[in-house]
Amino acid sequence: MLTAFAIFSDGLVYAAYLFLVAVGLTLIFGVMKILNVTHGSFYAFGAYGAATAAGVWYDRGLNDAGGLLFMVAFAMLIGLVIGIVLERGILRFVYGRDEVVVVLVTYAVFLILEDVLVLVWGARSFTAYQPMIAAGSIDIGDLTLSNYDIGLVVLAGALAAFCYWALKYTRYGRLLTVVIFDRETAAAFGINVRVLYTVTFIIGAMLGALGGAMMAPKISVTLGIGVEVIVLAFAVVAIGGMGSIEGALIGALIVGIARAASVHLVPQLELFVIYAVMALVLGFRPYGLFSQVQPRKI
Amino acid sequence: MKRFHGTFVFALAAGLTFGSVAVAAAQQTAAPAAPPVKLGIVSFLSGPAASPFGVPGRNGAEIVIEALNSGKAPAPYDKVGLAGSKIEIKWVDEAGSTAQVVTEFRNLVQRDQVDAVVGYISSGSCLAVTPVAEELKALTVYFDCGTPRIFEEKPRKYVFRPSSHATKDSTGAARYLLAKKKDITLFSGINQNYAWGQDSWKDFVGAMGVLAPKAKVDKELMPKLFQGEYGAEISTLLTSKSQALHSSFWDGDLESFIIQSGARGLQKRMPFIGTTAESSIGRLRDKMPDGTIIGARGPHGPLAPDNALNKWFRSIYMDRYGTAPTYPSYQMALSILGLKVAWEKAAAKKGGAKPTTDEVVAAFEGIEYDSPSGNVKMALGGGHQGIQATAYGTYRFNKQKNEPEVIDVIRFNAECVNPPSDKTSEEWIKAGMPGAKC
Repeated sequence: MLTAFAIFSDGLVYAAYLFLVAVGLTLIFGVMKILNVTHGSFYAFGAYGAATAAGVWYDRGLNDAGGLLFMVAFAMLIGLVIGIVLERGILRFVYGRDEVVVVLVTYAVFLILEDVLVLVWGARSFTAYQPMIAAGSIDIGDLTLSNYDIGLVVLAGALAAFCYWALKYTRYGRLLTVVIFDRETAAAFGINVRVLYTVTFIIGAMLGALGGAMMAPKISVTLGIGVEVIVLAFAVVAIGGMGSIEGALIGALIVGIARAASVHLVPQLELFVIYAVMALVLGFRPYGLFSQVQPRKI
Repeated sequence: MKRFHGTFVFALAAGLTFGSVAVAAAQQTAAPAAPPVKLGIVSFLSGPAASPFGVPGRNGAEIVIEALNSGKAPAPYDKVGLAGSKIEIKWVDEAGSTAQVVTEFRNLVQRDQVDAVVGYISSGSCLAVTPVAEELKALTVYFDCGTPRIFEEKPRKYVFRPSSHATKDSTGAARYLLAKKKDITLFSGINQNYAWGQDSWKDFVGAMGVLAPKAKVDKELMPKLFQGEYGAEISTLLTSKSQALHSSFWDGDLESFIIQSGARGLQKRMPFIGTTAESSIGRLRDKMPDGTIIGARGPHGPLAPDNALNKWFRSIYMDRYGTAPTYPSYQMALSILGLKVAWEKAAAKKGGAKPTTDEVVAAFEGIEYDSPSGNVKMALGGGHQGIQATAYGTYRFNKQKNEPEVIDVIRFNAECVNPPSDKTSEEWIKAGMPGAKC
């Protein structure tokens, strides 16, 4: 019973992490049809920004809760700036090009940004553990859960609900849904697709940075964290269906629970299980669980 | 303004003229300087291994070579450079694919014509560079990579590694754990799922099997390298009855695991044995739980002996970089000092003239010398692989002094934790570690 509960709780925490990382990626793909490798950099910049903000805040002895808000705000500001610079400075010049070309462009930018990280923060690691330590823990039987992890699950759930509401019930969300379904028809109806591209890319970048900021208190912020994250995010988005927010949520839950079950029951398969799930899903549904209906064009 | 310009040009011309005359005069009177020795220094300068290993290793090389070039290192290393020849450094980043590492090695040897290469952290790099070094007959000194395979697979001529290989880290950890917990019956391990993690765990389990046959393995966790999120692993360990947790995690993975498991109270249930944990205590400080068993891949850092060379090395390192040197800095320092000893021994045989690569190689084999982390004996691999004593200790954060401490340090002789020259590490452990002198 304890093991079953541990699998469930660990699965939820891992799923929350995966969803926070993947949601921006799937949003950008859904709207812009760009497989954005730079998303790993958004995460890394968010984490480094949050660690810097933590240093500034906690060195002054200010309170813990305010510190986390400051970290998140600073990281998302960095995401905003990078999003604007990349979209306006680079990506808008490759819209309409072959998808492979665009992927290669985002990969090149990702490599450049990895070096920018070294230029700005150097090669050393950073920690920003204060919010996690301050959050404390709760005992459930033999298991001790971190309150910060519980907070991550709540945040991911709230973000998923917000995205669902925003896409279904706001004007911007409905316009986005039209663009996601068919951008040419959307443009023909007078929707300014270019503006939606810019806004979506910036939101995606800020969500990537948010993921980094929320993970920064749990991890050592060090070079290479963006690379690890992007691989996982791609797996989650592929399982859920490229461009689907609810797909990213379900994909994250499936991967999270499967991985937690593997660690508890068959730890030797921990590495294998994520990609086994992906292969299984794609074997039956090649476009993912929540793939969009493709309109037939004549 | 015009007048000022003319005056300035005149002054500049006069300065250059007098300067040139002075330099020419100095050149005529001074003895001809010995040609410099060119060293290629290879270390991770970017990527995840840069912060914990690459940059401390590079820094160790920089200050030791500066001290050698200025003749300010303590005896017996007080002769300038290598046998009077100043050392010129060519820095190379180890980051990149193995093929790229090999290409960069070839560039150092063939294009840059370096006299020796010192470097390499990744065991993958060392394994790939070794056959190329032998092919090019290039003197190569590894400073950090841990795999025992380099000298256990076949004899090498041009490759040396003064730092001990990884076996002593695991055997030393097992001996320390048993010295502190004699009645242990159940232990677990969490190690990264690649060669370093797998080999470390295998050696630790083997050593525990020899030294404490009643102790059994409970959880055997192998998360992937740089996983970052360890919630499920921590829950698994929280539900286990293990009395100790072994780990060869390093840097980001180590610190993430310590932070996450600390928040969930894991270390209150079982002590954590970190074979490389010393490299993170400066950053984690009071977040590293008291009672953590600290390893430094040898007697380095706070586990280094209290000798004059260590005091000198720590002092110049802290003066320059503002932090205490960690074990990669020590490994780099002892590797460069080993090369200096061999080079000067070979040069002495030629009356001080620059020795050839083969002469340095012959002089390097089997030497024994002192370093900031104690005595080094080139005892294995036909005199190409060094052995050192090792040490483990228990971590405590001293709140009064606001600084980390390692207490209850136990030292193990080199012959206690390293295999003898006639056995591979695996054979030695499997045979029950015969001949270990503890």
